[in-house]
Amino acid sequence: MNEDQVAEQFIVDLLQFLKSSKLYTDLFNAAQIEAFKPSLRVSELRKGVQSGLINGGWDRKLRNAIYHYLHTHPQQPTLPDPEHNKEPLLYIRKAQQTWEKKILKSLNSMCTELNIPLARRRAEREQKDMAARWTELGTDGPDERPWISLKSPGKEPGSIPIPSAMPTSTDTWRHKNLGQIRPVYAPKDFLEVVAGLQNTNYQNSVSNGGSFYNFWGIIQVPVKLKTINQLRVQYSEMSINQCQTGVDDLPDIPSELFDADRAKLGNKVLAANHAPVAREFSKKGCPDSMRGEMWCQMLGVEVDEVDILYYEQLKTCVLQHDLLVDNLLYKDVKLTATNDDHYFVFEDYLYQVLLPFSRDTVILKHFSHNCATPPKSYIRGKLGVEEFAVVYPPNGVIPFHGFAMYVAPLCYVYNDVVTLYHVFRQMYIQYFFRLHSVSSDPQGIVALSLLFEILLQTNEPELFFHLKNVGCQPLKIAFKWLMRAFSGFLASDQVLLLWDRVLSFDSLEILPVFAVAIFSFRKSNLMKVQTYNAAEAVLADVTTLQVVPLLQLALFSK
Amino acid sequence: MSSCCPPPKMARLKYATDFDKSVLLNNFDTRGWVQVSTDDDWNIYWAGVHNIRNIFSVECGFRMGDDQVINHFPNHVELTRKDLMVKNIKRYRKELDKEGSPLAEKDENGRYVHLDFIPLTFMLPADYNLFVEEFRKNPNTTWIMKPCGKARGIGIFLVNKLSQLKKWSRDGKGNSFVAPTAKETYVISKYIDNPLLIGGKKFDLRLYVLVTSFRPLKCYMYRLGFCRFCTVKYNANVSELDNMFVHLTNVSIQKTGEDYNAIHGGKWTVENLRLYLEGTRGKEVSDKLFDDINWLTVHSLKAVAGVISNDRHCFECYGYDIIIDDNLKPWLIEVNASPSLTATTSSDRIMKYNLMSDVCNIVIPPGEFPDVRWNKVPAKENYGNFDLLVDEELAQAELLSQEVKARAGASNATVRGARDLRKPTTWK
Repeated sequence: MNEDQVAEQFIVDLLQFLKSSKLYTDLFNAAQIEAFKPSLRVSELRKGVQSGLINGGWDRKLRNAIYHYLHTHPQQPTLPDPEHNKEPLLYIRKAQQTWEKKILKSLNSMCTELNIPLARRRAEREQKDMAARWTELGTDGPDERPWISLKSPGKEPGSIPIPSAMPTSTDTWRHKNLGQIRPVYAPKDFLEVVAGLQNTNYQNSVSNGGSFYNFWGIIQVPVKLKTINQLRVQYSEMSINQCQTGVDDLPDIPSELFDADRAKLGNKVLAANHAPVAREFSKKGCPDSMRGEMWCQMLGVEVDEVDILYYEQLKTCVLQHDLLVDNLLYKDVKLTATNDDHYFVFEDYLYQVLLPFSRDTVILKHFSHNCATPPKSYIRGKLGVEEFAVVYPPNGVIPFHGFAMYVAPLCYVYNDVVTLYHVFRQMYIQYFFRLHSVSSDPQGIVALSLLFEILLQTNEPELFFHLKNVGCQPLKIAFKWLMRAFSGFLASDQVLLLWDRVLSFDSLEILPVFAVAIFSFRKSNLMKVQTYNAAEAVLADVTTLQVVPLLQLALFSK
Repeated sequence: MSSCCPPPKMARLKYATDFDKSVLLNNFDTRGWVQVSTDDDWNIYWAGVHNIRNIFSVECGFRMGDDQVINHFPNHVELTRKDLMVKNIKRYRKELDKEGSPLAEKDENGRYVHLDFIPLTFMLPADYNLFVEEFRKNPNTTWIMKPCGKARGIGIFLVNKLSQLKKWSRDGKGNSFVAPTAKETYVISKYIDNPLLIGGKKFDLRLYVLVTSFRPLKCYMYRLGFCRFCTVKYNANVSELDNMFVHLTNVSIQKTGEDYNAIHGGKWTVENLRLYLEGTRGKEVSDKLFDDINWLTVHSLKAVAGVISNDRHCFECYGYDIIIDDNLKPWLIEVNASPSLTATTSSDRIMKYNLMSDVCNIVIPPGEFPDVRWNKVPAKENYGNFDLLVDEELAQAELLSQEVKARAGASNATVRGARDLRKPTTWK
């Protein structure tokens, strides 16, 4: 296919997409209403309808729809092998496949060990009970209290306390045994995979003892990265001479200087309801009170009755079936958000988002441009028969330790669970999925990790060398920050300011930049450490850090 | 980190304390202060409320020198005992009403527009008949009974039937000739049954307010207060009236619940509350809420300013308990004279340590000995995490200087930000 054909195909796809969207019907109806207006002359039908639609704000909606389509469907030649679209490098594809197999195996072995099925239909009574407790899934339901007094019945140690009769309710089972559920993988495990990537084309030089292509860091895959200068240009709106929300609008600064004008401008931007404008505005940060709407505009989330209905449907799915993944999600929330002094109040919200999320098949769409493939399971007795294969969990995402933290900061922005859900889903399929799948994409975790290492080497060569020498590869500390997009590590307001930049600049590259900034900022302490543990201790608490000044420091001070 | 040995110029104060609390002792020790017994010549005495009575009693005959300060006002109970606080606020409102002050404006239902910041409250047994009258008007309201002289949620219960109060009615009492002591008196208040819920859970605010003088009023609000959450989902249902985990946020109560989390202790910072409210409800209403909180704090203090004996040696750091309802209106529940210095979590410890440190810096200029002849105007850099709410003396002086400037034709000289809370004029 030549370029023209590609472009043509793209337009055809776009039109196809628009025609099948709800917007198309809405536009059609609106056009009909316009055409019916008695003031309209037949001779000017076309012009009249068009201007009527524009006056009614429909052109904005259409523009937004096309903008979001372009955004989520990068224009690229269709390659003969669809796998190639997902990931052009074979060895990366293989690594991801091996990793998926490993996760699945560990999931399966947990199933066998604990003797629980991957999925189980809930009895009618159970469904009702769960529906009644929907907004308080974090606390124990009244009829489950007795279980607590029954725990540790004094059996001989080592025996797995599974009730001899099959459990009548997995929810009650969950109570007793959530302790035995463990996260399938943690950032540490995934780092091993990422660090283990080897470009087969380089194999020779390495095995010959030559280390020409060996990087200083632990990522050994050559991926094209932006240089610090390119990043400076990309993030020029954040430069030091520009006022920023989150810095120049603090209460002790007179509001005439920045805050008042910023608020005025923000209101205008919101009124315009145009995604690119919202993006441009948010590059300097969103004021707390505008963030919710601003993010919705940037992500193209507009919750209507269909979305509400859709969420309710997902909720029904949750009520009908109990999945093993639910245990993982419960466990994750209990291990992270429940113990976090910023997020514990939102525990129940998290279940209301995460459980429906695991049932949402819309998420599967993102696998078309993700190197990962959704895990499959087979209906009992039909192992390996393709027709009986089902994606498990239905959304194709197996949560890792800390997954809940992708949702937690959003609870400060959205009070309505349905909006919260849709914003999170959009953020996941646009950004977060990249943080836990192996890929050579410049936005993928591999590239981000490498960017972190290279930037740190360029900005703070002395520090990097010192840490490497004492056996503390910086990425070993920074990887968990990147993988969780810093959620749970920073103060809640600071994570939101950081995510403002992810959305507005439409790039995750700000994460490694910020990780470098932290290392720079704690440099004098880090230069003194002699062990990995000491370095970890220096960086254990980063809740007091201010995101924006540090980013400016890392990007523009040298 | 401050160094272990203070610079030589720093005054080595002698301190005495009734508390064996690390947030206090570490603070004093890092300043290079020396601990002495309470009978010695201390410069600062961090006393428990029980000892205050003795120190200021006439029989004791103890007189403080000019270089001595103490952490309570002699009759702080006017503010910190539930019944007295209510009595003083009621009186304050009546006085303003008599004066015809615009502050005492009432709406069509006879409610104060600006001064309606405590829930409707009666004293028992003294106001029993008044209470019954009110109860009959709205028989479906829930009331909360609190013993006057107790703290930490002890002896509190909810009431929704008159029969539950037989014991406190005048006729029910064995001998009505003996005046009831604080232990036997109760206050009964309208229960805020529409509290603001976050994540479905009820909470209250614990804010720290430092007063260095009542006449003129000089008071400060601490920025790092916190919300205390109930561990159990809120449920206004009458059947849950007995479940105190639903209703009371006191840490001492919640701690005994099985869902209590020792890592965060159910505590959430006021900064997070603000972030959440601005994000989900907008900036305007959040600003108004925090303005209202400052407003009620100042007026609760003004209400007692006339009756407190304004000893120059005294300062006091109060714990204000406030509940916010779902209309984002704050209600003053009670004021504690001796807010707990026990740290439940590590961030709690840091916060309380800083609180004590900031209190010291405002009360005694760093590096100096206390001097009661000082005008009690600390330098701004010593405020720490405190914000000045009101300094009547400063405000007066400022007003004068503005007048002078205005006369001199330099009226545009003082342009101040509208959000500068230090100016009491921003509160209506």
